[in-house]
Amino acid sequence: MMQDHDNRFDDGEAGGRRQFLKCMAWAGAGTLWMMKSGVLRAHPLGDAPVVKGSTFSFVQISDSHIGFHKAPNPDVIGTLRRSLAMINAQEVRPAFLLHTGDLTHLSKPEEFDTLNGLMQEARVGQRFYVPGEHDVIGDNGAEFFRRFGEKQHTGGWYSFDQDGVHFVGLINVLNLKAGGLGSLGADQLAWLKSDLAGLSAETPVVVFAHMPLWPLYPQWGWGTDDSGEALSYLRRFGSVTVLNGHIHQIQQKVEGSITFYTARSTAYPQPAPGDGPGPGPLQSVTAQALHRYLGIRDVRHVQTGGGLAVTDEVLA
Amino acid sequence: MKAARMLTMGIALCGAALCSAADVAPAQKQQVAIQNFAFEPKTLTVPVGTRVVWTNRDEEPHVVTSAGAQFVSSKALDGGDSYGVTFSKAGTYTYYCSIHPMMVGTIIVK
Repeated sequence: MMQDHDNRFDDGEAGGRRQFLKCMAWAGAGTLWMMKSGVLRAHPLGDAPVVKGSTFSFVQISDSHIGFHKAPNPDVIGTLRRSLAMINAQEVRPAFLLHTGDLTHLSKPEEFDTLNGLMQEARVGQRFYVPGEHDVIGDNGAEFFRRFGEKQHTGGWYSFDQDGVHFVGLINVLNLKAGGLGSLGADQLAWLKSDLAGLSAETPVVVFAHMPLWPLYPQWGWGTDDSGEALSYLRRFGSVTVLNGHIHQIQQKVEGSITFYTARSTAYPQPAPGDGPGPGPLQSVTAQALHRYLGIRDVRHVQTGGGLAVTDEVLA
Repeated sequence: MKAARMLTMGIALCGAALCSAADVAPAQKQQVAIQNFAFEPKTLTVPVGTRVVWTNRDEEPHVVTSAGAQFVSSKALDGGDSYGVTFSKAGTYTYYCSIHPMMVGTIIVK
């Protein structure tokens, strides 16, 4: 049951890697992903080669769902705290922390305040956020943006640079249409196009948004209607990394020079795509096993290869 | 049996001042379950004046949102929460969950 949960890979060399990762899931350990020129290699955390030449690192966490209080996790504050403690235990202090959405369960002001307070416990240089659909209920994200918005543009999207890597935070959980998936919208796409226009193709680009920016499992709403247009602006770059949340499990896919990753939740897992009648909390997970499904993601930038090494750690 | 029970509920609702005095026919009530990220039934046909009540049977929150703002949308419905709308005009009302937009349903009022 558990070993199939977070390991499904779509790239060509997946056979041995899938088997290897199944073992990793059972052991509750993490995986170090090294990406160079769009090619990924996996290493178990314990045996991972030291990533020499790292100029900086950052951590991704996702789907904290503050306010959720049912099976399989009645203590989402506690599990978020454990995730933040893992970040604080990193040998090198991460440059920043990305939260890829669903900070809260129901967009309540007190849930946002709780999350905001907890995030101050992370010893990182900066914190960046994008909203999930749970963060924009009833007010189109007003409470979210008031606290966590970067305020570069009225739509809430933004970009920044860190040691030669260009980061783009996109919002794909607003103005959703009946029967549709996540949506970026024409205004945001026009901005993205112009934001990327001045960059050389050698610039490593990291794009992050809550919902997957590829059709991961549209039947469950796991995708973004107009992500194809966004990706068309990114294909000319030699190294593109797309980081998403939303589905509470690790999925990854390589498409040319673009590598897509979804992150674990700090709160609760969801079923693998198509496994069961629908998405939602995987309630069969016991309290003892829960930590194996939750975790953080650590990304180090290696200057020499222009690539990124992505590590997923569970709350072991 | 079921019809009789709904009729009773309709009368009870009128008693709770949800119907105006001008209403002659007692209002009916129909249920839509929100379960496994779907509206059940997906399409519901009801007579004018029916009160439709959605109840969230999932652990996930859902929102009943009218496409085109034809009726007032719900707030976030947590697991177990309900939301009701009385449809007083004939028409086809498409609605969806604003946070899981692949969830779509239709109320046909005749």
